[in-house]
Order: sequence, then structure tokens, then C-alpha cells
Amino acid sequence: MNVLVDFYGHHSRLIDQIGINALLALSLSVSLQAGQLALAQAAFAGIAAYVSAIASMQYHWPLAASILLAVLCSTLVAALLAYPVRKLRGIFLAIATVGFGEIVRVVVNNLSITGGAEGLSGIPNDVTTPIIYGALALVAVALYLLSRTKFALAVALTREDEAAARGVGVDVGMVRFASLALGGAIAGLAGALYAHAFYFIAPGDFGFPRMEAILVWCVIGGVTSPIGAVAGAVFLSILPEAIRALADFREVTNGIILLVVILFAPSGLSALWRSRRPPVTRDA
Amino acid sequence: MPDPLILDGVGVRYGGVIALCDVSLTVEPGQTLGLIGPNGAGKTTLINATTGIAPLATGTISLGALRLNGLPAHRIARAGIARTYQNIRLFGALDVRTNLAAGAYAQPGTLSDDAARALLERAGVPHLALDALASALPYGDQRRLEIARALAAHPSILMLDEPAAGMNPTETARLVETIRTLARDGIGILLIEHDMTLVRAACDNVVVLNFGEVLARGTPAEIARNPAVIEAYLGTIEEIA
Repeated sequence: MNVLVDFYGHHSRLIDQIGINALLALSLSVSLQAGQLALAQAAFAGIAAYVSAIASMQYHWPLAASILLAVLCSTLVAALLAYPVRKLRGIFLAIATVGFGEIVRVVVNNLSITGGAEGLSGIPNDVTTPIIYGALALVAVALYLLSRTKFALAVALTREDEAAARGVGVDVGMVRFASLALGGAIAGLAGALYAHAFYFIAPGDFGFPRMEAILVWCVIGGVTSPIGAVAGAVFLSILPEAIRALADFREVTNGIILLVVILFAPSGLSALWRSRRPPVTRDA
Repeated sequence: MPDPLILDGVGVRYGGVIALCDVSLTVEPGQTLGLIGPNGAGKTTLINATTGIAPLATGTISLGALRLNGLPAHRIARAGIARTYQNIRLFGALDVRTNLAAGAYAQPGTLSDDAARALLERAGVPHLALDALASALPYGDQRRLEIARALAAHPSILMLDEPAAGMNPTETARLVETIRTLARDGIGILLIEHDMTLVRAACDNVVVLNFGEVLARGTPAEIARNPAVIEAYLGTIEEIA
């Protein structure tokens, strides 16, 4: 027991970060499962982080209310963003959403209420490890329950072939809208928890490098697998700590791992243990 | 009795190109209407217009009293219009079971394995494994699976876009049987096909399109005798003689 307490004492920040990263990976996974390469999760997280920080620092809102407000805001922003990008697909959607992320970063960088480039410090440090993992468990259960509904089928069909999905009665526009908004909600939860777990936030915490990291977690884990996305986030959050000698080359390490996975396991690591080929006929 | 599909004065333009001009036809429940014509005559465009993919420039499309044109594609599908595609559009990365469940998406409840097998049986591919990936199936089976997926929607109108393409004569003969059975079940079928043997065997009536306009209509036997059709589509008199 002492060993565990000792371990937690040394690594509590990393453990908290892993839980938040897992949430961020899930938020992108929701979009990717619907085939939407929408890369604004870091921005959604940033918006929520600032909203919850400002609500509790300037208006002295209690933690739960701050987080709730933050999640509502990020969901709303994601839902609003869904409208102008409704006709964009693939790389065009990616560019537009990355552009949106940059707009958010620049705006946050220049507002006084957000503390500008210096960020906000002294955010009430009232999010603990159990809260983070409780939130993660809640989101995981919600996504699991969602995966057993017809909406999950609509999501998979939208990913595979939008025209054919429409042809069987799937409201593709609604699926894309819902997946973006849900991704915005989960990313917002991650961002709000981050603000209250780490005292300090700055615009750079939610910029393109963070977005890229989230994408790498999902790609390495498997773009259509939420479990894979979480596994990718956990693995790549621990890796730099495990090989501290390479810590200065984190981005390089990420890049090399991404390259290796894309070359040798293009469907992600999660596909490796379910890559059986079932027979084509029933009695063969 | 299910409703007929009625196209009235339908016109479709792609930019400056007139793909369909003043096309009127009716697909009656329990009847198979053949739609033939040279490449580029507008056959697939007619299906795309009906299913809400290609917007109409003129005319109306309705299923009984329900106006279809102007509705989004998914609403038209839910109204009971199912189709297959000239270039098969199965959900290739998903298994047979999920492809059939996709067809039944707008139906209440979930598709049981028994219901899925019954659909495969109806489409003439009872031997397919529900766990098999759609993209791993042989070509002919993929075409049949696409028909089974369309049937999963319990359509009142089924539009088949060259279902016999790439099939051998034995498979085509079995397809004729399948189409006849489906029509007997009360489904109205619109069949785009180049194989005249199939058209003659399966269709009650035929509409011939040429350059986006109706060139002729009648029973398969009448169409086969029509000089204008023979010249435009089957070949010139000299070539046949």
C-alpha cells in the first residue's frame, strides 16, 4: 500500500494528465468515428478551461457550476462551428477546424479577461484525481451506452459512405452535427478539469501542438476505436516520462511513432488484436 | 395497396447540360418497369432525381400523395424508396449483418439474425455468413447483398441500377426469378438494364430514354419492334440486317 501511495505522490500530476488526455482522445474519437476529421478539440478544451477558470476566479462560482458552464459553452461553440463547416469533408474540414483553433488561440492571447499571453494563474486547485477519473468513467459509460443505440449505426454508416447512408435513411447532417457537439462537450469537460487540476492555463496549452498530440493518440490507437484512442493517449502520455532522456525530443518521438504505426499498422494498434478475417460463406 | 411512384414532367440539369427533359412515368406496385437507353441517356440521373441526390429543374416526383422532390435524401429513403447502385455501394468495411441492419435503419427495432438470413434468402444469397466483410464477398454476391440491404427497408419502390452487370447467364436467370418474386410480393420495381434478355424476362413495361427524353414506351415486345428504339439503342437497321 505504501508503495502505491509513494508512487502516486511522485506521479500524481502525470496520472491526472493521463486522465485528462484520455478524455481529449475520446472527444476526437467521437468525431473520427463519424468520419469527420474535425480538429478543434484543443480549442474547445481551451474555451472551457478559460470559462471555468474565470467563473471560479472572478465570479467565485463553485467548482461544479464552473465546470457545467464551461461544458455548456464548449458544446455550444462546437454546435455553432458545425454549421459553417457542414459542407466540408476530409482535409478541407481539417484545415477549417485547425484555423478555428488558431482564431481561438489568438483571441485568448489578446483579451485582458483571459490574462493575454501570460495566461491565468491561481485557479482554485480543487479538481482531484478521483474527480478526473470519475469524469472519465462517466464519459466512458455514456459512450458505451450510446454505442448500443441506433445512433452508433448511423455514425458508422456516415463514416463508411455518406451517400449510401442517406440512401438507407440516415440523416447525415444530424449525425455530423451531433458528433461535433458531443466532441465539443467532452473536450470542454477535459479543459475545465485541466484548469482546476493545474492552477495555471495559457493560450499555448490549447494550440495546434496539443491538437496534433490528440490526433496522434487517436491514430496510434485506431481512429474508429474509442478504447484504442484512450490506449494511445495513455501510452503516449507515459512514454516521454518513461524515457526521460528523450524528453527534449518529445515531438520527434511522437512523429517517429506515428510514422511507424501508419506504415505498419495503418488501422491503429487496436486493429492488431482484432484483425481476424471471417469466412465469406456460412458453411465453408 | 402500396402507392405508385409518379414522375411528372421531370427535368434535371447539370450546369448547361440537360440530363433529363420532361420525363413522365409511373412505377406501379407489383409491376416491374424497365428503363433502358444508351449510355448517358439519363437512366441513373432519373434514379438520383427520385432519391433526392439530383435536384429537379422542372416537374414533380411523388409516391402516392406524398411529394418527394424537395425532400432530403434520407427522408425519401424513409418514405419507402430503396435503391441499388450501378457501382456497388455496400458498406465495405462492415460485415454482412451490419449492412443488412443499415438497410433496416429506418425500421423500428433492431434486425435479428433470423430476419437478416431471411433477407439473404429473398435476395438469393442464403449461403452468405453474417460475419463476413462485405468487401470480401465475390462480385455477384455483393450485388445480391445490395439487393438484400434494399429489401431490409421494406420498400414500396425498389430501384435497381444495372443489377446484372458482371453476372453470368446462370446468375442473370436467377436474378430474373428474384425480381419476379419481389414484384409478386407487391413491390414496384424500376429496373435499369442493358441486358435485353433480362428486360424481356423480368419487365411488364419498358421506357426508353435517349438524350434525356422519353423515346418510346410499351411492352418489352413492342419496344423490341420499335424502329426508333432499334436505331437509337440497339443499332441501325443496316447493322441488324
